[in-house]
Amino acid sequence: MATGVGAAPATGADAARRMTRGTNPADRTYQAVLTGLALLLPALLLALIVELAVNARPTIERFGWGFVFNSTWDPVADVYGAGPLIFGTLASSFVALLLAVPLAFSVAIFLSEFAPRWLKRPLGFLVELLAAVPSVVYGLWGIFVLIPFLRALVVPPLKAVFGWLPFFQGVFYGNSMLAGGIILAIMVVPYIAAVSREVLNAVPSSQREAALALGATRWEAVWMAVLPYGRAGLVGAVMLGLGRALGETMAVTMVIGNRHDISLSLLQPGYTMAAAIANEFSEATTSLYLSALFEVGLVLFVITVLVNAAARLLVWRTAPGRAVGSRAL
Amino acid sequence: MSQARTRRRVVSTTMTALVGVLSGLAVLPLVLIFGYLVLKGASSLNLEFFVGNPVPAGQAGGGVAHAIAGSAIIVGLAALIGLPVGIGAGIFLAEYGSGRLGWTVRFVADVLNGTPSIIIGIFAWTWIVRPQGHFSGLAGALALAVILVPLVARTTEEMVRLVPHALREAALALGYPRWRTSLTIVVRTALAGIVTGGLVGVARVAGETAPLLFTALGNLNFSTHVNEPMQALPLQIYVYATGPFQEWHRLAWAASLVLILLVFGLALVARRVAVNRYGAR
Repeated sequence: MATGVGAAPATGADAARRMTRGTNPADRTYQAVLTGLALLLPALLLALIVELAVNARPTIERFGWGFVFNSTWDPVADVYGAGPLIFGTLASSFVALLLAVPLAFSVAIFLSEFAPRWLKRPLGFLVELLAAVPSVVYGLWGIFVLIPFLRALVVPPLKAVFGWLPFFQGVFYGNSMLAGGIILAIMVVPYIAAVSREVLNAVPSSQREAALALGATRWEAVWMAVLPYGRAGLVGAVMLGLGRALGETMAVTMVIGNRHDISLSLLQPGYTMAAAIANEFSEATTSLYLSALFEVGLVLFVITVLVNAAARLLVWRTAPGRAVGSRAL
Repeated sequence: MSQARTRRRVVSTTMTALVGVLSGLAVLPLVLIFGYLVLKGASSLNLEFFVGNPVPAGQAGGGVAHAIAGSAIIVGLAALIGLPVGIGAGIFLAEYGSGRLGWTVRFVADVLNGTPSIIIGIFAWTWIVRPQGHFSGLAGALALAVILVPLVARTTEEMVRLVPHALREAALALGYPRWRTSLTIVVRTALAGIVTGGLVGVARVAGETAPLLFTALGNLNFSTHVNEPMQALPLQIYVYATGPFQEWHRLAWAASLVLILLVFGLALVARRVAVNRYGAR
């Protein structure tokens, strides 16, 4: 049948297709091969979801929604609740964004609006390098430099001033939500900064010029004309950073403490979904234990996909179709 | 009136300065991290470090030759598998990606780029390690390849898009078929950029640890068999950094310095190529 189509005399529609696609069969092969390779990407996404969901079925059936809210994680009794993991993931990412967003926006604004020409390239490159540092190196640095620094110079004054707040209760041993949040903040700054910079660069200069012509100072032009124009994209940039923070594994595992607890105090150890998978996957002895970890993976995957999808759509509103952030690999 | 004017000017100057200072603060960690790596790692970079294999825990000395070899094999295989697919998908996006399919693939690639690498790790485990019944360097390489594909697809697309339209039109006008125009004119012109994107992608996956945890697993012995557990530099750093021995910590710093020099070196090369090719960004 397939050969018959090729040999059939050209109809009108056929001829039209030839006109648009080129008359050369090699052209069609070329396009087909490339299309096939491109289709592997959606196929991969689908396979990921299916594989996670299938393997997570035992715990989904056993615990239902309780899995997400319960806080008991007891492999001995084969009872699993991912509450603390989900809480820890969201909390550490929130702390990270709180610290990272002002810094990242500053970098973006400085690079796109204020920086002298000679400074733009080197500073941009340094931010890029920050994104290139492997996660495990951040973790190493966190264990041996950041945590001792926090213990000696940051936590004592913090406790002295804000010790009455629920966020700074308890004894600080080092591995903690605070350390995890700070490491994450350092790691997501380059991503948020790179995307925000692209967004700000996509703001038409007529916006700035109009504001300046009306008598605005340079800062007012940025604050009243440039930032509001890029608002959707900037929100997208933050969400992109959030997606990174949610899924970051190694550095967090190395400094967050890895304990299945929910604590409001930043000084106490916590746990994240990605860290739990990293630590416990290879020691999962029962099939239900393994399934629980798959469900943790599924939850994490679904959350990051949603966050990333929303982020891309927002960013594309200001900078259409750009592979935003890909430069800061 | 003029008082308000002064106030506004002061605010503007202050905010500009603040933004500059915060930018400096944002890159400070990079300086600190690199400084500490050099400080604590450089003194351990000797011949034994590069050619030696691990000694029993607690003893002094030993090297990471096994991890360097393992990383080279795993990352090399990942590049061999991932680069052609990623580059092909990227060319598709640039050449045929204006329709709905192109939009979807682009969107999916970006979403996959944001997927936690640990998820890719368990995916590779279910597809290769579990059916085979054992961990292997090959499974690790496949996990890294999966991460590489969407990364490279997007950078390739960007690079191919930079090729001026006139070049393509000239080739078509001379009677070149589309595939030859695409391959020998457009892709050829963008080749330096594509290679750069590939290099940056490879450098990034070379630093990945999480996807190797349950695929390549790690190995304390020198091994070049892709069907067996294999050590990789980032994995070894993780084990050494979280272990109890001073000696391990020393090796972790040194290995991290090597890893980061590798990654930064590739980033520098990539930047040089991109700048030469397309002028200042």
